[in-house]
Amino acid sequence: MTAVAEPVTAEQEQKKSGLGRFTRLGLGLLLPLVVAAGWEAAVYFQWSNGRLLPPPSVIYRTFLELAVAGELQRHVVVTMQRVAAGFVIGVIAGTAIGALAGYSALTRKLIDPTIQALRAIPSLAWVPLFILWFGIFEGSKITLIAVGVFFPVYLGIMGAIMSVDRKLVEVGRVFRLSPTAMVRRILLPAVLPQYVIALRQGLGIGWMFVVAAELLGASEGLGYLLVDGQQLGKPAQIVAAIVAFAIVGKITDWLIVLGSAPFLRWEDVITRR
Amino acid sequence: MLTLDRIGKTYPNGVHALDGVSLRVELGEIVAVVGGSGCGKSTLLRAISGLDPATQGTVTLNGIRIRAPHEKIGVIFQEPRLLPWLTVADNVGFGLAHLPSAERKARVAKALERVGLSEKAAMWPRELSGGQAQRVAIARALVPRPEVLLLDEPFSALDAFTRVDLQDHLLDLWADSKPTLILVTHDVDEAIVLADRVLVMRPRPGRIFDEIETDLPRPRDRQSAAFDFAKRRILAALDRSLERIPTAGGETKTDAGAALWW
Repeated sequence: MTAVAEPVTAEQEQKKSGLGRFTRLGLGLLLPLVVAAGWEAAVYFQWSNGRLLPPPSVIYRTFLELAVAGELQRHVVVTMQRVAAGFVIGVIAGTAIGALAGYSALTRKLIDPTIQALRAIPSLAWVPLFILWFGIFEGSKITLIAVGVFFPVYLGIMGAIMSVDRKLVEVGRVFRLSPTAMVRRILLPAVLPQYVIALRQGLGIGWMFVVAAELLGASEGLGYLLVDGQQLGKPAQIVAAIVAFAIVGKITDWLIVLGSAPFLRWEDVITRR
Repeated sequence: MLTLDRIGKTYPNGVHALDGVSLRVELGEIVAVVGGSGCGKSTLLRAISGLDPATQGTVTLNGIRIRAPHEKIGVIFQEPRLLPWLTVADNVGFGLAHLPSAERKARVAKALERVGLSEKAAMWPRELSGGQAQRVAIARALVPRPEVLLLDEPFSALDAFTRVDLQDHLLDLWADSKPTLILVTHDVDEAIVLADRVLVMRPRPGRIFDEIETDLPRPRDRQSAAFDFAKRRILAALDRSLERIPTAGGETKTDAGAALWW
């Protein structure tokens, strides 16, 4: 952002909502900041001992200590590897099967009822079975994450393909596109916006399930930091791990948005403004 | 030459939409098709385009039978149907993917200039007005130089002023390469302004009811007496096609018929 551009956007925002963008951001931050400052003061003036809920300064110090010791990075890397592996497997399977089900009505009739039935099972119910099948180490964790990622991606791509505008497909037919050209020039661009949303949903579920998997037994990872903090009575470590989850979760989601943005500039949606 | 030999269309659900339509259209001729709703106008156009081939009879273009979309046949739909993820220029060049990029760019630029939208080349379709978008669609259909251009109520979604503007514009573009135009329309004025021949269709099943030559000199004056005469003949034919008997020369009756027909 250049200094010249900023007043203009602020002005436009002002016109639209009656509030500047920064004013709105400030308003949103007001509540958490007041609560944090209040809690900090309460512990500082010894109205509370802050043992079960440490004040922000203690959490910040714990976070720094973990980071300086390299502990935090080690756990983050392990957790991210699990999410990445499960996400990739879930996305590949969900995309392939979902595309097939969206493209061919016969395949859809054949497999969709089964997949919908499997989807109705709470995914955590699989955990004992996965542990029996894939052991207590990486295999069962990655499988659980992959299963979680699979469903939103499958549903997203299937729905997107089924809702491609028949009229645009007809334009492709008028210009006699081959089946591969039809996929590349009409179907892929048409499904991309919904597919990106499905990927983001899948990633969100991936982060959710990695916590579940790591809570159920791990010696490394952010989820292990949570359990460790609970067992050793270190609430600051728990909150620090939660903050780390929030940061990496947000960053990975943002990476998907950033990566897809150049291909979605044509979209006529409200969020662009 | 485009030849339709007794074509008919029965849909899988048993609906008999088109029956025994025969037609010969010379290269460069402009034919308008009018008729009440459900008379098979669009079905006829889709059969000629090869998008929905006829179930009886044959469509041939220069002796070649048309069973699927053909490179010499272009289509313009009621909606512009631009691909929202392509810029205006890429939309115009959509049918030229087989050409080297330099030639493609040159032809796209020329086509955009011809429809007066050169400065919009880099924009997205969502940034265009309805009339501009339909002009881009016309450019997209004309740029591969079709021999036959099929238009399915191309201007019916536009306001009256833009519609008249685009009709003149279409004639202007037609004069460049003189392809055959077959135009389905609701608008009798539009049929007379554009066409050499107006076909009136009647429904259930759709067939040709009457054929009216409109050999007025071009450019056609929408206010002239000859124009008005042609219009009355077509409206009377439309009335008869719906089996209503018009009173001879009665202006009010014709208008009432037209109103009902709409």
